[in-house]
Amino acid sequence: MKEKLITKKELKKLFHDNMTMMIGGFASVGTPEVLIDAIVESGVKGLTVISNDSTHPEQGLWKLISKEGVVAKLIASHIGMNPLTGTKMNEGTLPVELIPQGSLAEKIRAGGAGLGGILTQTGLGTEVEEEKERITVDGVEFLLEKPLRADIALIRGSIVDKKGNIMYKGTTQNFNPLMAMAADLVIVEAEDLVEVGAIEPENVRTPGILVNYIVRSECHE
Amino acid sequence: MNNEKEIIARRVAMEIEDGNVVNLGIGLPEMVANYIPDTIDVEFQAENGILGMGGTCKAGEENKDVINAGFKYVQVKKGAMFFDSATSFAIIRGGHVDVTVLGVLEIDETGTFASHKIPGKKVPGMGGAMDLVMGAKKVIVATTHTKKDGGKKIIKKVSLPITAVSKVDLIITELAVIRVTEQGLVLEEINENTTIEKVQERTEPKLIISKNLKVMFSE
Repeated sequence: MKEKLITKKELKKLFHDNMTMMIGGFASVGTPEVLIDAIVESGVKGLTVISNDSTHPEQGLWKLISKEGVVAKLIASHIGMNPLTGTKMNEGTLPVELIPQGSLAEKIRAGGAGLGGILTQTGLGTEVEEEKERITVDGVEFLLEKPLRADIALIRGSIVDKKGNIMYKGTTQNFNPLMAMAADLVIVEAEDLVEVGAIEPENVRTPGILVNYIVRSECHE
Repeated sequence: MNNEKEIIARRVAMEIEDGNVVNLGIGLPEMVANYIPDTIDVEFQAENGILGMGGTCKAGEENKDVINAGFKYVQVKKGAMFFDSATSFAIIRGGHVDVTVLGVLEIDETGTFASHKIPGKKVPGMGGAMDLVMGAKKVIVATTHTKKDGGKKIIKKVSLPITAVSKVDLIITELAVIRVTEQGLVLEEINENTTIEKVQERTEPKLIISKNLKVMFSE
């Protein structure tokens, strides 16, 4: 079995300037805080970040957005709880593409599921529709939302085995299982790392085949 | 019951029926849960991945892994379920949510409304609102009748970026219950402390007065 467990220091070699990164989590629940710290410490710049929201001050994406030049573009559904994101957006220093939360989820799912996009009525007649195609199916109009993929997905699992199989507790799932499917390289932050077989197969929500590397959430070096 | 938000939340709660699956928006709509009687069974959905959501947690009783879509720590009821965001919005878009309640910045006489952006000022983003109004069987707007500065919220044409086109069924404010119909806005109920004329003064489109106009909470 390939050793997937790496340290925070080894992780930094995987980050490069101008990458597209998906980051799991909703607010700071299911958010890979240690992996986000590693991005900051690595000094990479110019990232396109895809995440549901920009968390609240001092946590999650705030740690990236508050550093000059780390995030070049943010794709998210909600930025209202982190005033810094809105301020930077209004100043013109941080372009933000707002996507309805359900469409964001499905675009990422499509990216990971080999689909050419999804058709939804969400956003019809709004600014979300700009530059997107309308497709009529049996007389009903839909918006074509294209798939989203990333170079790296950074996700968080409550219980992770050494193969990378993941179980999520509570509401920590959110975008994590979707992002695990939609990136070339997937790194999971494991809150609890266990031996293979310790998670019952019916409780595995993200299969280990999708996970390239594991970093423990208490890992500080 | 003088607080206008309490009046709104309490009146919205009366729209919710036994067995309904309900999603409450962030802020004022969240208060609706406090006014649902124990005699009816309501399944609360939170778009970050819960069916069977309970109340917000008291300090010290939080589970760090369980929040609602408004970033608050919440309890879950027996028989609850957690799921990912794609499943959550399949439930929402797929028509499996009976009622959604949300706030607005502006709404017009066709039920077109704005809630996600004041360009150059406040830009919270739409979150799940656009999907919720597209998929829920009944869309209720819970809002104060006018803006904080007294300006009108219920207007002839929405001026802010549109969140959804013609998707609202009912507007509930501290002054009135207004139904959105193809003919226009129908005033169905008014607060006992106001008059039709006062409600109209604070509403830009001409209100159609229901033949069965009632006083709020009169039943």
